[in-house]
Amino acid sequence: MNAAYLIVALPFAGALVLLFAGRRILDPVSGWFATAMAAGSFVCTVIVWSTLLGRPSTSRSVDKTIFTWMPVGSLHVSFGLQLDPLSILWSLFVTGVGSLITLYSIGYMRGDPSFSRFFFYLNAFIFSMLILVLADNFLFSFLGWEGVGFCSYGLVGFWFERNSAAVAAKKAFVTNRVGDFGFMIALFLMFQHFGSFNYSVVLAPLASGHATLANSTATFISIMLVLGAVAKSAQIPLYMWLPDAMEGPTPVSALIHAATMVTAGVYLVARAAPILHFSPDAQWIVASIGAGTCFLAATIACVQDDIKRVLAYSTVSQIGYMFLAEGSGDYQAGIYHTVMHAFFKALLFLSAGSIIHALHDEQNMKRMGNLRKYLPITFPAFMVGFLALAAIPPFDGFWSKDEVLAAAWHKSPVLWAFGIATAFLTAYYMSRQVRLVFWGKSRWNSAAAAHGAAGDTGIPLSPAAAHGSAAHGSAAHGGGEPHEAPRTMTIPLVILTVASAFGWLLNANFAGLDFINKWLAPIFPATVATPFTVSTGTKWILGVIATLVAFGGLFAGMGLWRRAVDRPELEPAFLAHAWYIDEGISATVSGPLARMATRFSFVVDAGWVDGLVNGVGRSAAGAGRQLRRLQTGYVRNYALAIGVGTAAVLLYVSMRAGS
Amino acid sequence: MLASLQSVLLADTSAQALAHASAWAVFLVGAAMILTGAAGVILLRNPVHCALMLVVTLFGVALEFIDQSADFLAAVQIIVYAGAVVILFLFVIMFLGVDRKEAIAAEPTKLQKPLALLMGLVVLVEILALSRVDHWVGGTPALSGALNGPGDNVQKVGQAVYTGYLLPFEMTAALLVIAVVATVVLSKRAGGAGNDEAGAVVAEESSEVTS
Amino acid sequence: MSVPSAWYLVLAAILFGMGATGLLVRRNVLVMFMCIELMLNAVNLTFVTFARLLNDIGGQVDVLFVLVVAAAEVVVGLAIIVALFRRRAAATADDIHILKG
Repeated sequence: MNAAYLIVALPFAGALVLLFAGRRILDPVSGWFATAMAAGSFVCTVIVWSTLLGRPSTSRSVDKTIFTWMPVGSLHVSFGLQLDPLSILWSLFVTGVGSLITLYSIGYMRGDPSFSRFFFYLNAFIFSMLILVLADNFLFSFLGWEGVGFCSYGLVGFWFERNSAAVAAKKAFVTNRVGDFGFMIALFLMFQHFGSFNYSVVLAPLASGHATLANSTATFISIMLVLGAVAKSAQIPLYMWLPDAMEGPTPVSALIHAATMVTAGVYLVARAAPILHFSPDAQWIVASIGAGTCFLAATIACVQDDIKRVLAYSTVSQIGYMFLAEGSGDYQAGIYHTVMHAFFKALLFLSAGSIIHALHDEQNMKRMGNLRKYLPITFPAFMVGFLALAAIPPFDGFWSKDEVLAAAWHKSPVLWAFGIATAFLTAYYMSRQVRLVFWGKSRWNSAAAAHGAAGDTGIPLSPAAAHGSAAHGSAAHGGGEPHEAPRTMTIPLVILTVASAFGWLLNANFAGLDFINKWLAPIFPATVATPFTVSTGTKWILGVIATLVAFGGLFAGMGLWRRAVDRPELEPAFLAHAWYIDEGISATVSGPLARMATRFSFVVDAGWVDGLVNGVGRSAAGAGRQLRRLQTGYVRNYALAIGVGTAAVLLYVSMRAGS
Repeated sequence: MLASLQSVLLADTSAQALAHASAWAVFLVGAAMILTGAAGVILLRNPVHCALMLVVTLFGVALEFIDQSADFLAAVQIIVYAGAVVILFLFVIMFLGVDRKEAIAAEPTKLQKPLALLMGLVVLVEILALSRVDHWVGGTPALSGALNGPGDNVQKVGQAVYTGYLLPFEMTAALLVIAVVATVVLSKRAGGAGNDEAGAVVAEESSEVTS
Repeated sequence: MSVPSAWYLVLAAILFGMGATGLLVRRNVLVMFMCIELMLNAVNLTFVTFARLLNDIGGQVDVLFVLVVAAAEVVVGLAIIVALFRRRAAATADDIHILKG
């Protein structure tokens, strides 16, 4: 079990080495080093997992305290790892997908001047994420939570010389602060109510049914935790940062903003399930947020032109599914979907990165087309990812989404309706994307000539094109035909393709193949998640409906986007502008808030604050002019002053002594 | 005071009473010497006379030391103070030729002198008032060795100095060395050669003083 | 039985007060120095008295250290005075006041 320490130690060591020696390690070496650290961490996770597997399912929770972090009064916060099915499952796919993406980045980031910095961030991110999921108390977990937030900031703004990237990084960071605020309030409440942050103190008694929690307390803590989760996982109302976060390098989008970090909210909700259990209101809130987000984001994804923004909105939408499942009380389904989503969304992003790489940083889908003939590995990989996301049987997404929709149906048919509508939209926008990217005429040659053509849609194009070849060293290829990416990039694609095609076997709901459900069973006993069953007949009917809807969306997308590239009637402006939510916020902030800021700046600051500061200075100078007369320069005067002081002190002492 | 004088005058013949009376006598003589000397130091105009009156005070203090069984200190007091320090004073006075009378009345700050007298009186009154408070003698007795008991005073002082007070003792040694070096540096003839650093500094300072 | 400690303490207080007053009144640097010696002696007297009162040899040892420090101080002080008088004959403490504000 001591391999548990290595799980977190290896990426930490990697990050430290790259931080301090990164400038001395040359281009590919630091990438390989970071990959080795991540892969080593994965191997250690597998070892721990197999050790846990060898135990009876009731004793699969191990606490490994490293040292006591804050001994304050009765509060003892420790740096400790809790190895249990939930945290190990998360660690497995974080390190697994993480090492694949690190490997992929070696090829993708080749030639970037800040190559080592990138891998420092990747390793630091994996470390923070592991802390987040492996911590044995909420406060330590919060440390990892902030760590991934920082790494996300650094990676979104990785090309910070580009203004849009810097702005997007700030937006992501600030939005996450709102959530952190919620998380912290939840921590305070927890401390006030339980006097501890440890899972074993806070959650274990609730989970085992030995303790109960007042509804109001549970609701308040849950809502605050969910606020944190919502910000990290880009859900309504704090989802706006994720599409902008696509400014970061594509491997980052795959790792952080699709597969791992944004699922931290899902993890947090799952971890806090024993608290949520005592608050049906909070569960409803989670489910409603999930249902609303998955639908809203899917509608926006239908009209995006940037290949990565489509995937970003799709990520928001899919995480909505996970929240929907968790809010409906079927945590296993949500986690199942998280894992599946990690596979196929990482695959999609990496494929998209390969496409962008092949087209020399072109991200606008309307300037792609016909790429299936040029990218023999990326094309099938993307197709598998597409089918998995569109929930076409028998790929990953179909199975997990089925579980989610069944849970939603059990909770409320309204939620299910949102889910099924999203399923249609998902299939539609993904087939639109595939059509635009891989079929049709090749439009990338004319793209360079008519660079401003896409401006008519009003969507800000990715500035990655402007970033140019500096990042990729692609100047050597010139403007030739699109080419397949190097081996380091295609190998992760192949592995993830296989995972996206067959990963569903991890939790197939027949023939006793539901490994994830069994594995997680000790985390979600009946006292945490009230078990419910949806009859097999209903499941069949729901499954058939979902399949039909998915195929419907697929054919609709494929059919509608067969020939034309610009179809304004299918791209209404309010969707292209993401329901004007960003603009609305901007108007609010720039209107009354800006006026208030102006007033503060010119009246309060210039008038009062500066006046106060200058007044202090002037009065000090005036007092100094008067007081300098005391400085006669005669030593004996000073001695007399000392004497008078002595007399005064003695007077005080004798008065004290006399009383 | 009167009562004690009475007890001195009406002393009975026992040895204890004699010792008592002699202690009082020594104290009174010492006190008289101390006060006379101190008054002389303050009031006499010629620095040479002041130095001589200082010797009187120092002898008085030595007497009080003897009266309180601090024999070793009394000897050191005579040797170091009367023998060295005062001689040094006198030497400097003679050397510099400043043994003329000081105009005590001349005073640049008017309030200095009355305030100084007032302050001295106030401090004195306060100390006396404080001495009336009876509950302020405290502390752990015999922290570093008992004063009374068998053995010579010199032996006990020596033992304390070389055991418990060894580190401060070593530091006084360092202090003395530093003082010697400092004196040499300060009294080096500055200006004439004009090439040593200390002299240059002194010259600079003096030019500022005169300007 | 010997003289009560209070007598010595009062005597020391008077000596100290005289020394302090003299320091403030006199202008001759050398005499001011002597007044400092008076004050030091007053303190020494209290040390010895308290040593007797508390039956603690430490008081006497402290006096020894005070003597050493006083000697060092006198030596350095006189050296300063000598250096000073070399520039300005008949200087008093009041002649040096360029630190006037």
